Amino acid sequence: MKTLNRRDFGVAVAAALLLPITTVRADDNMEVHIDNFVFQPAELKIKVGTTVTWTNRDDIPHTVVSAGKFRSKTLDTDDKFSFTFTNAGDYKYFCSLHPHMTGMIKVE
Amino acid sequence: MSGHDHGDDGVSRRKVLECMTWAGTGVLWTITGGVPRSLGIIDSAQAATAAAPGMTFLQISDSHVGFDKPANPNALGTLEEAVNKINAMPVKPSFMIHTGDITHLSKAAEFDNADRIISQSKLDVHYVPGEHDFLDEEVKFYRERYGHGTKGAGWYSFDAGGVHFIGLVNVVDLKAGGLGNLGAEQLAWLADDLRGKSKSTPIVLFAHIPLWTVYPEWGWGTEDGARALEQVKGFGSVTVLNGHIHQVMQKVEGNVTFHTARSTAFPQPAPGAAPSPGPMKVEDAKLRAMLGVASINFKQNEQRLAIIDTPLQG
Repeated sequence: MKTLNRRDFGVAVAAALLLPITTVRADDNMEVHIDNFVFQPAELKIKVGTTVTWTNRDDIPHTVVSAGKFRSKTLDTDDKFSFTFTNAGDYKYFCSLHPHMTGMIKVE
Repeated sequence: MSGHDHGDDGVSRRKVLECMTWAGTGVLWTITGGVPRSLGIIDSAQAATAAAPGMTFLQISDSHVGFDKPANPNALGTLEEAVNKINAMPVKPSFMIHTGDITHLSKAAEFDNADRIISQSKLDVHYVPGEHDFLDEEVKFYRERYGHGTKGAGWYSFDAGGVHFIGLVNVVDLKAGGLGNLGAEQLAWLADDLRGKSKSTPIVLFAHIPLWTVYPEWGWGTEDGARALEQVKGFGSVTVLNGHIHQVMQKVEGNVTFHTARSTAFPQPAPGAAPSPGPMKVEDAKLRAMLGVASINFKQNEQRLAIIDTPLQG
């Protein structure tokens, strides 16, 4: 068996420490904020099983709609909407009140 | 008046005014031969001089009843100020149109409060919906109150004072990445509605979102608005009245005058002047100069139209 040199060992330890934190959080829950009539981030890449939560931080209501996939109620200021993505694919979505607002969730 | 029947009767001609002598302060636009001429800020004496026989009606827009954010914590209060301003006019207008966003969140109580205040004007009110009026789960509150006698999502027409008024709905079935939308069914209805009309009939088109493209980056336009405008371009006098952008904007193309009204609730920034079109917070002392109503005067047998935008204050 190959022995680890000091540098590789360090990387392995760092990866072991970081992976559970970053990947578990990322896979479980991701956030999209609505600020100034913009979905941020506009595009999000996630793993199957991830729940995405949108929060409206504008003074104007918005919605989150992906045709045939999901549709939020009207979100007033600070209201949230969550959806768990159980299938891989590209999910384009928009605000049905302000359709120039668009976003994308890529599920792998 | 709420629950106005948009049937064939329209507004009685006896309500047509003999003169327009409103001594309001505002910018008076006079259209002669299709060329707009701003007479600038006028005082009451000049307004009286400029007054002439015809029919006057009012446009009120974007009352957003229920809005309580920093840009205006009391949108119901400023709506009431607007109605008081209307009631103080020395000559009663023939009727009023409301170009949508009556409420902020389509709650039953918001519709009730709006009606309680607007009905104090004792005028017939012809409504078209804004996107904020279709937010209830069953999308029924607006239709129950204002949909009687309308087609589709709430479009209709009526005649008053020799003018043909057409109320359009461009806030439903909006497509991702797009603008306001009229749709094929409504455009077909419009063609039917205009069929057989004399080209000398003055036409007023009113809808919530501008039917012309004001600023697509903020969604300020209507995807198929040009298809509606094509249908009226043969008419001698066409006026297009919209709301949605909470500021006065006007342009003239041939025989068509486009105009947007102020909100009674909160101002929005000029196109591109802010990161987003959201409510614009201004100093308290300046708010009422940026809210208001519009008064529109038609003179029979003249190709002239005057729109006076009157702020709540200033």
